[in-house]
Amino acid sequence: MNSDRALLSVRGLTKRYGAHVGCADVAFDLYPGEVMGIVGESGSGKSTLLGCMAGHLAPDSGQVIFDTRAAGPRDILTMSEPERRMLTRTDWAFVHQHARDGLRMGVSAGGNVGERLMAVGARNYGAIRARVADWLERVEIDAGRIDDRPATFSGGMQQRLQIARNLVTGPRLAFMDEPTGGLDVSVQARLLDLLRGLVRDMGLSAVIVTHDLAVVRLLADRLMVMKSGRVVETGLTDQVLDDPQHGYTQLLVSSVLQV
Amino acid sequence: MNPQRPDNEAAYNFAYLDEQTKRMIRRAILKGLAIPGYQVPFASREMPMPYGWGTGGVQISAAVLTPEDRFKVIDQGADDTTNAVSIRAFFQRTADVETTTRTAEATVIQTRHRIPEQALTEGQILVYQVPIPEPLRFLEPRETETRRMHGLRDYGLVHVKLYEDIARHGHIATAYAYPVLVEGHYVMDPSPIPKFDNPKLSDNPAIQLFGAGREQRIYALPPYSDVVSLDFEDHPFEPSKADHPCGLCGAEDSYLDEVIVDDAGGRLFVCSDTDYCETRRAQGFRGKDAA
Repeated sequence: MNSDRALLSVRGLTKRYGAHVGCADVAFDLYPGEVMGIVGESGSGKSTLLGCMAGHLAPDSGQVIFDTRAAGPRDILTMSEPERRMLTRTDWAFVHQHARDGLRMGVSAGGNVGERLMAVGARNYGAIRARVADWLERVEIDAGRIDDRPATFSGGMQQRLQIARNLVTGPRLAFMDEPTGGLDVSVQARLLDLLRGLVRDMGLSAVIVTHDLAVVRLLADRLMVMKSGRVVETGLTDQVLDDPQHGYTQLLVSSVLQV
Repeated sequence: MNPQRPDNEAAYNFAYLDEQTKRMIRRAILKGLAIPGYQVPFASREMPMPYGWGTGGVQISAAVLTPEDRFKVIDQGADDTTNAVSIRAFFQRTADVETTTRTAEATVIQTRHRIPEQALTEGQILVYQVPIPEPLRFLEPRETETRRMHGLRDYGLVHVKLYEDIARHGHIATAYAYPVLVEGHYVMDPSPIPKFDNPKLSDNPAIQLFGAGREQRIYALPPYSDVVSLDFEDHPFEPSKADHPCGLCGAEDSYLDEVIVDDAGGRLFVCSDTDYCETRRAQGFRGKDAA
């Protein structure tokens, strides 16, 4: 791995829903250890962009080049399905806004976290369980709840469980779709703190989609502002938030309530 | 094969199904044999019995039976239960084939939930009745997704189920329909046979055919297929049975049924395979409860 080389390079990514534009001509580079925030109002194409990059949606044109461990930079859109699946559960993580979308609600917390390990071939129950317990601790879930179902967990715990489930294979890139959405502020703060620690400890790169400017202020190194499917402004987070250039970014920044 | 034409035009065709339907089923069987463990869709017909009573198995039996065959039907190992008796009578009437209860003498054996104790030989066909052919069904509800998982050998979820078993019960508590990996590719539901029978699936000289009528799937194991029961390194697969000898024939190596015999907690363990038990008793073996 070369830290001078971009971990993820997106070029000309476009997705249309019929005549309607989902996202158009998006391009950026993400370097190892960097956190990129994507902000914008509802319907601005943030989630579409994230879905296209993570392989959940098929874009109409463009490239998503990921620096794979084995073969160097590869366009994930031209990869075969087994290769892409392997990538999505080893080197990638995807954190959904609603923990229920990312968890198996009928399976215990331990099974949820262990699934990725078993999917990549772990076959020793004791070893799987030890790693699961370790990860539950890292996301501040009591290891005694390893056999409880996520349905018995609070919203914040479910979200932390989802993060553990995604990070257990030591990925290098995480996609997060509104990771703090729907949580109350004190739980949000703890989650952000946790995420910040994990990103720093693991050298994880992340793309975080959110409409909450406080989240990107805390987590993101760089910021991309989207409107109507297009990127209208990019730059360092503090730069964009403190000195917004584009009219829409100015509106966005000034719309935040000051308490 | 030259099917006997019935004298009476209104009579049933040989083995009930019409020849075109049998051809269609045979094609599915051949495809299943060519891709061991793969679930082949087929156009399952309405049979004169309800779904869940073995319509898949009956259709396969109808497609493979020839007038020279000797047919045996077992239901949970027994030749004399309702399901076994009525299916045997069905093919006696519609195909006029010889029937038997002796495992060794049968050429086609239709079974529900057991593999006979007596080792099968080359040339025999074992037809299973399958209620739910999809081993991933209760783990992943979407059919589109389960097919993709089979295609990509994406089977981590099966181990999640076994993991849940151990987490909850301390051991793998799945006792029947225990998932197996066929020839290193497809994970297959062996139908609800007890896991005691799983080792007999592997390297078996007989042809094993699986039919699910309601779910419209056929799958197969050609002779001498490699079939591995899934497990963990530190929780290996163990075929299990009741820890008793048979009360009637004294066998210690056969799968047992537990029968409650009175209101005082009295119970009797007997071979579930009636033919095996009777053969042994005819040879003079006696269990402790034999009259």
